[in-house]
Amino acid sequence: MKDHTVRRFEDELNELKATVLSMGGMVEKAVRRSMKALLEHDPKRARKVIERDDKINQLERDIDQMTRNILALRQPAASDLRFIISTIKIVTDLERTGDMAEGIAEAMLKSQETPLTHLESLEELALKATAQLKKALDCFARGDVLLALSIIENEKSINGMFQRIQRENLTYMLEDHRKISAGLMAYSIGKNLERIGDHAVNIAEMVIYMVQGHDVRHIDHETASALVTSNIES
Amino acid sequence: MHNKADNFLHQGVHPRKRKRERADARFHFYGLAAVSLALGFLVIFFIDIIGQALPAFHLTEVLVKVHYTEAVKSNYNKAIDHKLSRIVGRSWLRSLPMKIEANPALIGTEEELWIAADSRVDQYLKGHDGHGLKNKYRKIVDKMQQQGKVRDVFNWAFFQSGDSKLPESAGILAAAIGSLFTLLITMLVAVPIGVMTAIYLEEFATDNTFTRLVEVNINNLAAIPSILYGLLGLAIFINFMGVPRSSALAGGLTLALMTLPLIIIATRAALRAVPESIREAAFGLGASSLQVAWHHVLPLAMPGILTGSIIGLAQAMGETAPLIIVGMMAYIPDAPGSILEATTVLPAQIYTWSTESMRGYSERTAAGIMVLLTVLLSLNALAVKLRNRSEKNW
Amino acid sequence: MDTEMQTKMKIRDLKLWYGDFEALHGINLDVYSDKVTAFIGPSGCGKSTFLRCMNRMNDRIASCRIEGQMLLEGSDIYAPEVDVVQLRTHVGMVFQKPNPFPKSIYENVAYAPRIHGLVTDGPDMDELVETSLKKASIWNEVKDKLQQPGTALSGGQQQRLCIARTIAVQPDVILMDEPCSALDPIATAKIEELMDELKNDYTIVIVTHNMQQAARVSDYTAYFYLGDLMEFGETQQIFTAPTHQKTEDYITGRFG
Repeated sequence: MKDHTVRRFEDELNELKATVLSMGGMVEKAVRRSMKALLEHDPKRARKVIERDDKINQLERDIDQMTRNILALRQPAASDLRFIISTIKIVTDLERTGDMAEGIAEAMLKSQETPLTHLESLEELALKATAQLKKALDCFARGDVLLALSIIENEKSINGMFQRIQRENLTYMLEDHRKISAGLMAYSIGKNLERIGDHAVNIAEMVIYMVQGHDVRHIDHETASALVTSNIES
Repeated sequence: MHNKADNFLHQGVHPRKRKRERADARFHFYGLAAVSLALGFLVIFFIDIIGQALPAFHLTEVLVKVHYTEAVKSNYNKAIDHKLSRIVGRSWLRSLPMKIEANPALIGTEEELWIAADSRVDQYLKGHDGHGLKNKYRKIVDKMQQQGKVRDVFNWAFFQSGDSKLPESAGILAAAIGSLFTLLITMLVAVPIGVMTAIYLEEFATDNTFTRLVEVNINNLAAIPSILYGLLGLAIFINFMGVPRSSALAGGLTLALMTLPLIIIATRAALRAVPESIREAAFGLGASSLQVAWHHVLPLAMPGILTGSIIGLAQAMGETAPLIIVGMMAYIPDAPGSILEATTVLPAQIYTWSTESMRGYSERTAAGIMVLLTVLLSLNALAVKLRNRSEKNW
Repeated sequence: MDTEMQTKMKIRDLKLWYGDFEALHGINLDVYSDKVTAFIGPSGCGKSTFLRCMNRMNDRIASCRIEGQMLLEGSDIYAPEVDVVQLRTHVGMVFQKPNPFPKSIYENVAYAPRIHGLVTDGPDMDELVETSLKKASIWNEVKDKLQQPGTALSGGQQQRLCIARTIAVQPDVILMDEPCSALDPIATAKIEELMDELKNDYTIVIVTHNMQQAARVSDYTAYFYLGDLMEFGETQQIFTAPTHQKTEDYITGRFG
């Protein structure tokens, strides 16, 4: 696509995108670190995650300021308008993801008295969720709608995995009443990871809107993918 | 930035500023000098003309005793003291026999009358050199003056009579009426045809080779020497159509030919000055071409059209060359009764007088110029007034 | 939605030449009844030319030649039997520069009904003038000075007077050629508000260089580029997700 005739506008849009991506990088790092802290029983790392959440929150405020300015001063239309709207929504999802990572770090700190067991399935879920988040950021960076579609498709497997973890936890808690508190903790961490996957899907959906103008939320996947691919072919 | 402004504000008068101001002042001075020069010439011209013309507007009259006798019928000189026969105007003397024939009861009577003095007496009393009055008559005039038998009056006759072979009774009336008749004909012919042609070309004609050819020719016609129009008028109106030579009709038609391109050009300019947006507005409301032209364009262009027409007519009025060819440069003492009678016009009259050697005629030349200028200036003032009215916003 | 939409004007494969220069290359467009349709596009794209085709104002240009169909309620306005004077009472026009006649406000409005013999002078005409001025939202400002010249009004008032003058003949369609380009934002807002009211009774087509204005006032937008109709669609679609890259570039300010 050609550049804007008003160079300053082009610069502002590029700066906004770069800021969103750097926020995404920080969020992704926070999720990885919180899981690493959990798996390696590293409270120092967990505290660092909690500390750095402030920076993520600050970036959210910065980005909101930038989008407000562009809306008020540049009156963006068409693809620019869709980019701004998507950014506003994606930033909220990223901030929530950051909160999820913070939640995991806090759970890790709490779980020091009652160590968690059976971390293998949580680790597997965390890998999947982080991969989804990474892909979501990639598809935002590249405007890749096919990648976005694959993220949406993966949602089911993450949900399935989370349900499996729920069932496992339930079994452990029924077997051994002393494991109830650890089980609840594991459940909440799993829930956070599942949410991270949901936010990644939200981001992917906004990327499709940003690139093609189609709103694929709350419709079944076949229809969505037909809509997206038809647009690519034409 | 700050430093730059600071420097610029504190460095004092910039040398370029002085130079620029001097150049401005020089230019101002040249302009003023040119205008003053033009005005100066104009003032000199007016002073000269007015100075020459003023004497023509007043006239010396002498009181003489007139004896109406049978002998006067055959020799009008006998009506008065023979010493005075060179002192009173000859045209009055010549009219005496007719006066007596018309009224035989006068015979045997006598009366005292104020009579226009002979041109030479007039010139002598006005103190001009070269009056040509012989010494013995001068003494008589001096004596009459002492007796109070000489007076100075306003020369009404100048405006009430036509040309004459005697300067003291030569007047401008015949030429003025001739000019009026001629101009009326020019106006009645040139204005409607010119305005209609312009409206057609500007509002209705499509832009093709033919109309472009017509346009180019109209513009060229305006630049043709006016004497050629005289030849054209002679060929068409007098030789071909049989219009009487020297008549106001022949002159008027010839001048109409000459004025037509001017009126067409002026009218087209006035029509073009009407904003296109007005035409669009009217067309957009469903007005026909005719309605657009008559309801909207013409009323707005009217002051401009009138201005152009008046300036064209004023030019026609001052024109002499073509009228020479159609025979209007002749001695025609009487005002015309109709447009078919021989007549002369103001500029032609002025020219005729200017070729006469007698001092009285040169005064009348100047007076005639003043009359002509007054009429032309009035016409131009009217044109300016109309133009100012047309300059209102729409 | 499309099924209940009435088509007021249907244009099929309309081509236009100025001499040998083809200015419009086959335009296909539907103008819907009681809607505002905006034409946008860079200068020289043919949008004004096309607008002027819609009430045959281009007839005045001798070198202008037209092919194709321009249907007003099913009949071709370029058919030989069509009286262009009658056509213009059905398709009125408001111009870029406010151009009231240098006559009184009353005469400006009464002129067209009078020349078309719609209403005779007198109380009927007074009423028509009043309703027209009211419809154009200018009655309150001029009711006490109907005999004053229309040219003495402010620019925005003049433009609303021109709209009143146009609707005095009860047209079906009102064409507006950049009606606000000479006006300040307040006068512009008044005209835009007026258009919103007028579209209840009239079909409006507006050419504008101001994209925000097209976005604000129109229901449908047509994007013209180099004599082609690039894209036509609902305004909200054109301004959020245009399908054509050229439209996208123009709307987002990429004028390479």
